[in-house]
Amino acid sequence: MTLWVLIGIVIKILMIVGITQGTVAYLILVERKIAAYAQDRIGPNRCGAQFGLPAALLQPLADGAKMLLKEDVVPKYVTKPLYILAPWIAIVTAMIGFAVVPFGPVGPNQLIDFQIAPNVDMGLLYVLAVGSLAVYGVILAGWASNNKYAFIGGLRSSAQLISYELPLGMSILGMLLLAGSLDMNQVIAWQSQNAWGVLVQPLGFILFFTSAFAETNRLPFDLPESEQELVGGFHTEYSAMKFGMFFLGEYLHIITVSFITVILFWGGWHLPFLGLTPESSGLIDTLLKVGIITGKVFLAILFIMWIRWTLPRFRYDQLMDLAWKSMIPLALINLVATAGIVQLVRTYWN
Amino acid sequence: MRVDDPQLKKIEPPKMTLADRFFLPQVAAGLVVTGKHIFGVAFQDTAITVEYPEVQHVPSPVYRGVHRLNKDEEGRPKCVACMLCATACPAHCIDIVGATAPASWPDREKYPESFVIDELRCIYCGMCEEACPVEAIELTGLYDLTGLSREEMIFDKTKLLSVFDVTRDAEPMRFTTPPPEASSATQALESPVS
Repeated sequence: MTLWVLIGIVIKILMIVGITQGTVAYLILVERKIAAYAQDRIGPNRCGAQFGLPAALLQPLADGAKMLLKEDVVPKYVTKPLYILAPWIAIVTAMIGFAVVPFGPVGPNQLIDFQIAPNVDMGLLYVLAVGSLAVYGVILAGWASNNKYAFIGGLRSSAQLISYELPLGMSILGMLLLAGSLDMNQVIAWQSQNAWGVLVQPLGFILFFTSAFAETNRLPFDLPESEQELVGGFHTEYSAMKFGMFFLGEYLHIITVSFITVILFWGGWHLPFLGLTPESSGLIDTLLKVGIITGKVFLAILFIMWIRWTLPRFRYDQLMDLAWKSMIPLALINLVATAGIVQLVRTYWN
Repeated sequence: MRVDDPQLKKIEPPKMTLADRFFLPQVAAGLVVTGKHIFGVAFQDTAITVEYPEVQHVPSPVYRGVHRLNKDEEGRPKCVACMLCATACPAHCIDIVGATAPASWPDREKYPESFVIDELRCIYCGMCEEACPVEAIELTGLYDLTGLSREEMIFDKTKLLSVFDVTRDAEPMRFTTPPPEASSATQALESPVS
């Protein structure tokens, strides 16, 4: 029994690692296409045409081959162990968040649990904790590079991530109070029975989504990289696959953040008028749930990319002002108001 | 300038309204703008770039590309080797060796025995064209100027005259013939460099 459970989990881990890595490769293509479209260009459309494939479908393969075959330069002046460790931290911390992310229905009477570690009661806490570990990759890369630009990038990243951890954590507390659990499946179940998180917690959603941009180091908050003034920031000294791993880590982070957004605020696998309940477990229902959740995640990722090619980068003081003077007070107000309303409703309604 | 100079104008950044300070309306407006562009290119084919090797870009009529040496009606180079273009050239890329014109050319005293332009040194400013008193040198709309060696990019008289042959119909001589009515834009041409 336990052996089969173990084998099942290993298969799930391998599948999720494979699928997410493949997705990341194609997300880079999608990002380039969206960038091109937003700038009135056509974008990559050649790679794969030799084999009759449309729309540069082999571009990720070419990109990956380039990353692997390029010369891997390690400058003489770097702190070697940390320099080599940093990209691994970036990618591993981005990967292990997936352990508790439900990719579909999870439950005692389901066909398969679409989650590596099913029904973890502190799932969200784990995701937040692991997500904030990613900053170590950036800081260590910046520090070990022994380069002023990389170092400033690392410092900026640490200050930025510490600031945005607070609104990120507080903005989801309202949703958790409503659902009464940190288990993501419970949160989805609550939303499918009541209303989507974005409707009952609009402020919480906006705060969460904004801090998520800062957490993933995406524009408009990509100050750790800022090509113009920091020459690439923390990954200035990295080349070939070591650089590629930072890239991979960033996109994995986007996928995780999109999953959390969809699960907490967009109702997970729930769509109105489809009649899906947490208990429905037929084959069609299961496939529908997986399809809906991945579809929503893809929409979230597209939206994140759309934002990237719309907004310019914040200035550093504006970034800090936004976090400490606006988002944290708003998140606190949201939290207190939600707590009060939940208490009143629970006391006088039921 | 002193700090309290009365002529000093102080410009304040515009005051942000409450909606502006929440950023979100402005963010939404920005998303609409980029959304329109993304939608346009994705579904309505409004991209302003072209797929280059298959589709040739047509530059504007005033584009300054590769030089050509104009020929007159008898096929002789119009150049009279006056050296004005070489003098005007800020990049010193024109090298002319003049010689006395043959007796059969009674309308001029000199002609260029050799006329060499280093296309790599040229900055394509068009000063030679401005300076020329007989409209012998002109810049064409050819932009795909490539070569495998530096020597290949030094154009001699033969090559410059052949550029004229290639572009003669697409770009009539600007000052000696009236401009065509329909379109004076450069047509896609075969590159003279080979």
